[in-house]
Amino acid sequence: MVTRSLLKCKGARWSLLGSFLTCAASIILVLLGAAQPAYTLPPIQKVAAIPAFARKYGLPCSACHTAWPELNYFGLAFRDRGYQMGNDRDSPIWQDPSYWPVTARITPNWHWENTSHQLTDEVTEAPGTTVTQSGFDLSGMDLWLTGTLFKNISFSILPTTDNTATWHFENAFVRFDNLAGSEWLNVKVGHFELDNLISEKRFLFLSANGGLYQNYHFIPAGDSNNFGIGDNQSGVEVQGHSANSYTRYTVAFLSSNEGGVGLTSSVLAPTPADNFTGRTYDWFFSFTKGFQTGSLGLQRIEPFFYYGQRPTVFNQMVGGAPLAGTGTGNKPFYRVGVQSDFFLGKFEFLPFFQHSEDNAYLANSLASNTPLSPGMQNAIWNGGFIESHYYWNPQLVFVGRYELVRMGQQGNPLNAGTTGNIDAYSFGYRWYPIMFSRAGLAWHTEYSITKSIGIMPLSLDGSGYLPATNTTPVWSSSVMAGFDFDF
Amino acid sequence: MKNKFIALSFFSGSLVLLLATATTCLAQIDHNIVSVTKTMTSNVEGKTGRAYDGGQLRPDVGVQLFRRYCVGCHGPAGNGQGENAQWIDPKPRDFTVATFECRSTPTGTLPTDEDLFNSITRGFVTTRMPSWSALTTQQRADLIAMVKSFSPRWENEKPGTPITIPPEPTLTVDSVLRGREIFDKLQCWKCHGPEGHGDGPSASTLTNDKGEPIPPYNFAIGTRFKCGATNQDLYRIFMTGLDSTPMPSFADLLKPDEAWDLVHFLRTLQVSLKTPELALFKQWEAAHPGQLKPLGQNPGTGD
Repeated sequence: MVTRSLLKCKGARWSLLGSFLTCAASIILVLLGAAQPAYTLPPIQKVAAIPAFARKYGLPCSACHTAWPELNYFGLAFRDRGYQMGNDRDSPIWQDPSYWPVTARITPNWHWENTSHQLTDEVTEAPGTTVTQSGFDLSGMDLWLTGTLFKNISFSILPTTDNTATWHFENAFVRFDNLAGSEWLNVKVGHFELDNLISEKRFLFLSANGGLYQNYHFIPAGDSNNFGIGDNQSGVEVQGHSANSYTRYTVAFLSSNEGGVGLTSSVLAPTPADNFTGRTYDWFFSFTKGFQTGSLGLQRIEPFFYYGQRPTVFNQMVGGAPLAGTGTGNKPFYRVGVQSDFFLGKFEFLPFFQHSEDNAYLANSLASNTPLSPGMQNAIWNGGFIESHYYWNPQLVFVGRYELVRMGQQGNPLNAGTTGNIDAYSFGYRWYPIMFSRAGLAWHTEYSITKSIGIMPLSLDGSGYLPATNTTPVWSSSVMAGFDFDF
Repeated sequence: MKNKFIALSFFSGSLVLLLATATTCLAQIDHNIVSVTKTMTSNVEGKTGRAYDGGQLRPDVGVQLFRRYCVGCHGPAGNGQGENAQWIDPKPRDFTVATFECRSTPTGTLPTDEDLFNSITRGFVTTRMPSWSALTTQQRADLIAMVKSFSPRWENEKPGTPITIPPEPTLTVDSVLRGREIFDKLQCWKCHGPEGHGDGPSASTLTNDKGEPIPPYNFAIGTRFKCGATNQDLYRIFMTGLDSTPMPSFADLLKPDEAWDLVHFLRTLQVSLKTPELALFKQWEAAHPGQLKPLGQNPGTGD
């Protein structure tokens, strides 16, 4: 029986290779036939998976990921333990001296972008025209080093490039685990992703329009706040969890520079100029509870709250330019919501809801030493999404998402009531022909479309501009297909 | 319009290609999990685990879970020859022979479902087998059913009857000293060393049932035992033995009180944990210098 099964295994590998090559060749033919002249080389959202751990522990990708890079229960518990299995073999002293905990990931791809209601030099008036681009492209690249420095001390260094190889640190931190002998006390210091149950860094969408959660980055029209709950931040995180990570809490104390470095600027371009770093501190709180529901699987729910401030007044250099790092006149904002991860057999549902409010001075990009004009008020909006995954098996997943943002109260009186409202739809699939403990390769195909009213579409490639009016709906759609691989 | 048509054609064409080619090979991968002659079930904590046939709402039955989590080490045939086995020491368990170290049942018998559940939940310290406590109870029950499906032993034999562990007597220094004498008499030091460092004279010669070298447990640095962490776990380990390893069962050689004495002494060897047994023993040693004979000189009666 054993011999027969091994023979089956060997035969299947050859069959797999043959089928894969056939599929790849067919896809390339389709790509060649469909290719259109390219206008830009936009980057694709970078996310992460860590074959370095798979190599270290000899586990397949699927042990830690529902479909990489999204973590499953076990992967989340592994991360919560400080990238440790807890079997007294986690310290690097137990590893082969040649082991090098590094992972590289990139996604060569073809994509097509289409944005409506754009003003150009040929069409200068409403409703504008539609701009279409397509071509072969590269994503950015992750080069991730992560592991343990010692038992209960872990680290992560993630230098990331955009697709022109301009580097920055996506994350870099050291984490001390099981302080006082308790898994309920772990401390992380550095630059890291907020402890969102639904991680944007690990999700299964890569296209320009679908490769980001609108709610994680949305800012109302005219608002000077630069905060996005999906952006990595710098600070200290205290985290605790039960042995199986079904119960977790996180408290983070963060610089108000939106993850920037050097204390002088945020990672975002300083546009408007007020987007320079703050000198205050923000707070993030979350609590996760998992419930076993018999044969349906594990259900998780996580309420979260973020409170922060951003400056509105800056010292100025000669000539009037704001002097970075001198912000005062801090005004508050908050995000509060619930995110969940529900399983129904092979279906996974990820609902998310967020209520947001920015102070009137932020909402109007106004210095706090300036009086508010009539009609200026706090900006309030609600947003959410429902994402679903269907796991045909560990090597094939179908994904879909509907997302919306609705303005409840415009802070800026110049905005129309609907300005900033967003509807976004994405669907696609990922097929993992290679999913071993050494490397992974996924064929990724995705279509996404967003409707943004009166604002520039939130898109990873930066394409799209303000429409002619603040009530004009801009439709922006993406088709993307590529080979997403890491080693 | 033309561009949208091209894009949608590309998307749907790609999907068709995927379905046309991928499902075939994916189906074959599924068949890499060895087929069994009988579908096993398990019963733990009120859950019935299944290796196959979970139904629409339970697709993650044992075979899928085994493929997702276990196949890399234990292999598609469950024989411990997964793609990573060559890099792993100690080697992954061979489920086809259905011999398990951590049991509550007498040596030579099959473990209970609860034993396997505890093993999966706890993991094995000093090996590559992690704790799978993050999986739901149902998933672990399904995995147990899958593990049992690899060996015909489960069809022909019933699990052994769990041994009875009497209540632990009060810790006294006399109990520790009696345990020390038993450690000497049974020649535990031959493998584990006089100080429990796993460096006894026989240590380098030990192999498991497959002829692979296996080191004795080092009490001095270990924070947990392979089959648990409590005094009850320690009692159970040497009364049931660790099948497939050189660690025998001492059930025929030790009375329950003697077994508890040995437990109390073994705890004094865990110097990294600073156990109450060690504190008591050190206190006694300080008050009675030079009164103890060194260990490792008794020809004894143990293995």
